[in-house]
Amino acid sequence: METCEIAVIGGGPAGLAAAAAAKKHGVDGVLIIDRDNRLGGILNQCIHNGFGLHTFNEELTGPEYAARFVDEVDRLGIRCMLNTMVLDINERKEITVMNSSDGLTEIKAESVILAMGCRERPRGALSIPGYRPAGIYSAGTAQRLINIEGYMPGKEIVILGSGDIGLIMARRLTLEGAVVKAVAEIMPYSSGLKRNIVQCLDDFGIPLKLSHTVVDIKGRTRVEGVSIAQVDGNRAPIEGTEEYYACDTLLLSVGLIPENELSQKINLAMDPVTNSPIVNDIFETSAPGVFACGNALHVHDLVDYVSEEAAIAGKNAARHVRGPRTAPGRQISVKAADGVTYTVPRTIDPQRAEGTVKIRFRVRDVYRGHCLNVYFDGDKVQSSKKMILTPGEMEEVTLKKSDLAKRDDLKEITVKVEKE
Amino acid sequence: MDDISNTYEVVIIGAGVTGCCIARELSKFQVSACVIEKGDDVASGTSKGNSGVIHSGFDAKPGSLMAQLNTVGNRLMWEKAEELDFPVKMNGALVVCTNENERDKLDALLDQGIKNGVPGVRILERGEVLEMEPNLTDKTVAALYAPTGGVICPFNLAIAMAENANINGVEFRLETEALSVEKTGTGYRVRTNRGDISAVAVVNAAGVYADKFHNMVSGDKIRITARKGEYLLFDKILGDIFRTSVFPLPGAMGKGVLTAPTIHGNLYVGPSANDVEDKEAVNTTKAVLDDLADKVRANHLCKVPLPLNKVINSFSGLRPHEDRHDFIIGEPPDAERFFDAAGIESPGLTCSPAIGEMLSEIIAEKMSLPKKDRFISKRRGVTRFDHLTREEKKALVREAPRYGNVVCRCETITEGEILDAIHRPLGARSLDSVKRRTRAGMGRCQGGFCTPKVMAILSRELGIKMSDVTKKGSGSWMVTECDK
Repeated sequence: METCEIAVIGGGPAGLAAAAAAKKHGVDGVLIIDRDNRLGGILNQCIHNGFGLHTFNEELTGPEYAARFVDEVDRLGIRCMLNTMVLDINERKEITVMNSSDGLTEIKAESVILAMGCRERPRGALSIPGYRPAGIYSAGTAQRLINIEGYMPGKEIVILGSGDIGLIMARRLTLEGAVVKAVAEIMPYSSGLKRNIVQCLDDFGIPLKLSHTVVDIKGRTRVEGVSIAQVDGNRAPIEGTEEYYACDTLLLSVGLIPENELSQKINLAMDPVTNSPIVNDIFETSAPGVFACGNALHVHDLVDYVSEEAAIAGKNAARHVRGPRTAPGRQISVKAADGVTYTVPRTIDPQRAEGTVKIRFRVRDVYRGHCLNVYFDGDKVQSSKKMILTPGEMEEVTLKKSDLAKRDDLKEITVKVEKE
Repeated sequence: MDDISNTYEVVIIGAGVTGCCIARELSKFQVSACVIEKGDDVASGTSKGNSGVIHSGFDAKPGSLMAQLNTVGNRLMWEKAEELDFPVKMNGALVVCTNENERDKLDALLDQGIKNGVPGVRILERGEVLEMEPNLTDKTVAALYAPTGGVICPFNLAIAMAENANINGVEFRLETEALSVEKTGTGYRVRTNRGDISAVAVVNAAGVYADKFHNMVSGDKIRITARKGEYLLFDKILGDIFRTSVFPLPGAMGKGVLTAPTIHGNLYVGPSANDVEDKEAVNTTKAVLDDLADKVRANHLCKVPLPLNKVINSFSGLRPHEDRHDFIIGEPPDAERFFDAAGIESPGLTCSPAIGEMLSEIIAEKMSLPKKDRFISKRRGVTRFDHLTREEKKALVREAPRYGNVVCRCETITEGEILDAIHRPLGARSLDSVKRRTRAGMGRCQGGFCTPKVMAILSRELGIKMSDVTKKGSGSWMVTECDK
């Protein structure tokens, strides 16, 4: 069986940053495995700009952002297997991979970095009633068709869901000559970034219908139209509010689901909120030497944070391989409460922490004029007032190692959204 | 004027499971036959939205054609599966009684089962049945158990039958819609959207439209109502909740809403049963999907709560319900050589191989058709890469590297399988027909990732433009060319 020191599953932004960091921290035997024919992952189809403001202080397009990391991976001489699917992985870190040229082979790794990304929630998962004609696409599929393959998914579009890809696609389709008639969002707020609502909808006069959803799809061969209705506080459509939109395409941007079928094969402890592995402050999962990062871990709003977290995972995978492996130290658990849906990480080792530890999370609802508060056991130790908190944007709090070190009896850190 | 190629001894209207089984059995005889189908693929109408259950036969009224053909069909299904290489699984069926006051209904079913000759049918008491299915509802009192119940993929059955019929000489004309049937001096003229077809005999396997064609040639009128069934399909992660197909006690509209595994390891809750006016209304409806969701929330037949966020799809199908609730098979008294296979609702899928044998015998006798000397009885199914052993996988990819390219990641469907589906007899021509043959796009992402890839393969292999690739035949275009 072939062996490597660190196997990185997925060559998107997370995998690239993790692999580069691992190599820079002294591990030569890093291998990236990706199913596509090129590195970069979904960034390759994100040809709009706005990537890298935090990392490079520049507004790059997706492919440009990816290229910075692909170039680095090249420069570092990291080995990549492209067009290669990981079929299986077991608890001994034996990975079954397959491609057309080498066939089905096994690779044993000392450490594994899971960076599989996420997939889009399909129509079926929403149980939208109606027919099942051609012309119903998830926004990312439509994005691939236009930006990579060079085809238009349709001419008259309605978009359900205001996730970022849906918003980006509203603009993209408009620029390509399609008419985007409306974006319906079942929640009373958008799940996308504010800047995308302004730049992709408002600037093009595309109506965003909050608290609305699609209640019927017409058309037996190709979509002919959809009915959109207002919903009540329980997200149930209100009878009598239906409006019919003639269109040939319905795009769905209704959520992203981390891809963790492989994580389940190695029985990692999973967080039911994110459907992802539970990780500690170095992005290590419940299996020693197995790390998770990127959108396979939690769905990010900005790729910059993906790269930043993946680099920590890569560095620590390198440490795991190089050793010495020290016994795990004291673990402080991190808990999400009162309006915070989950946290990454879920535990922190205060001895191991370097300088600061960031806790990232999303909030449950839109909160105006609330505070993000951090409690060490029962004591409030941090409070920052926020004009607005929305589920569409990832939030973070930063803890100092020095603060953690002061409390050697600390058991639990809690992050909450609270009124002032 | 009849063109020679538009004249057949037998024209079969409809390439659902019934029409395909009849075509296959008829192809054992020396006959020129053609199947016309308005969809772009076989099994794309009534047969498409189906529970995929092989019924054991306790449900049909003793003495009915349904009862007679069900037990035969059940027995034949395993034989045909062997011969034509399509997957089947004998997982058994349970009808669960959840109310002590309704035990007599179980006893009545048992009685029917025995009368119908269902092998091994018996009643299991609570303890015994919970041992068999630990996830059954706590309200379980007792259950009827039929060990010969099974599961099947309806598409695979129809495709296997059609492919085999085709290599044995039966023509298939897809996207060819029968508009009318009329008697002529020598037989029948079938008017279609692609011209007229003359035939000595017509087989009416037109599903929900069988009454329309029957009533055009016979004064002995029948009436078929489209009885819609809607389903919620769950992720494979829940596929092992039940091993058997679990039914409630039957009601006035049929066998009730099941919670049961598919042959592919998904779990479904359905079907509902509502009569609809529009025979094309294969849409799902909010009221029924909500109702199914409520049943799931109320732990329908199942004590484990099924998470609704694991629903990966919902779909519906139309049962061709004839007023008398029995199959109509054979010639009406006033229309010689017009052979009905009408009213084929549940257990129609199970019965289809038996209907095929029965009707082809009737036709052959009536028309004095001799048997073929060389009938090819075997067919090789699409190789499912994911079902092979590790060593078999390795060997296959070495031999045919396209099997090393995974196209549908959720179901692990390779390019090799898709090429096979396209290039075999009656090969796939659209996304849905690839999906039905291979399962590419049937997984948890529902084609999000593989749709563009399968489109590109279809375009390349069929030599058509991407803008001519369809989801399910004419009108169902996927993309247009970008304005340059």
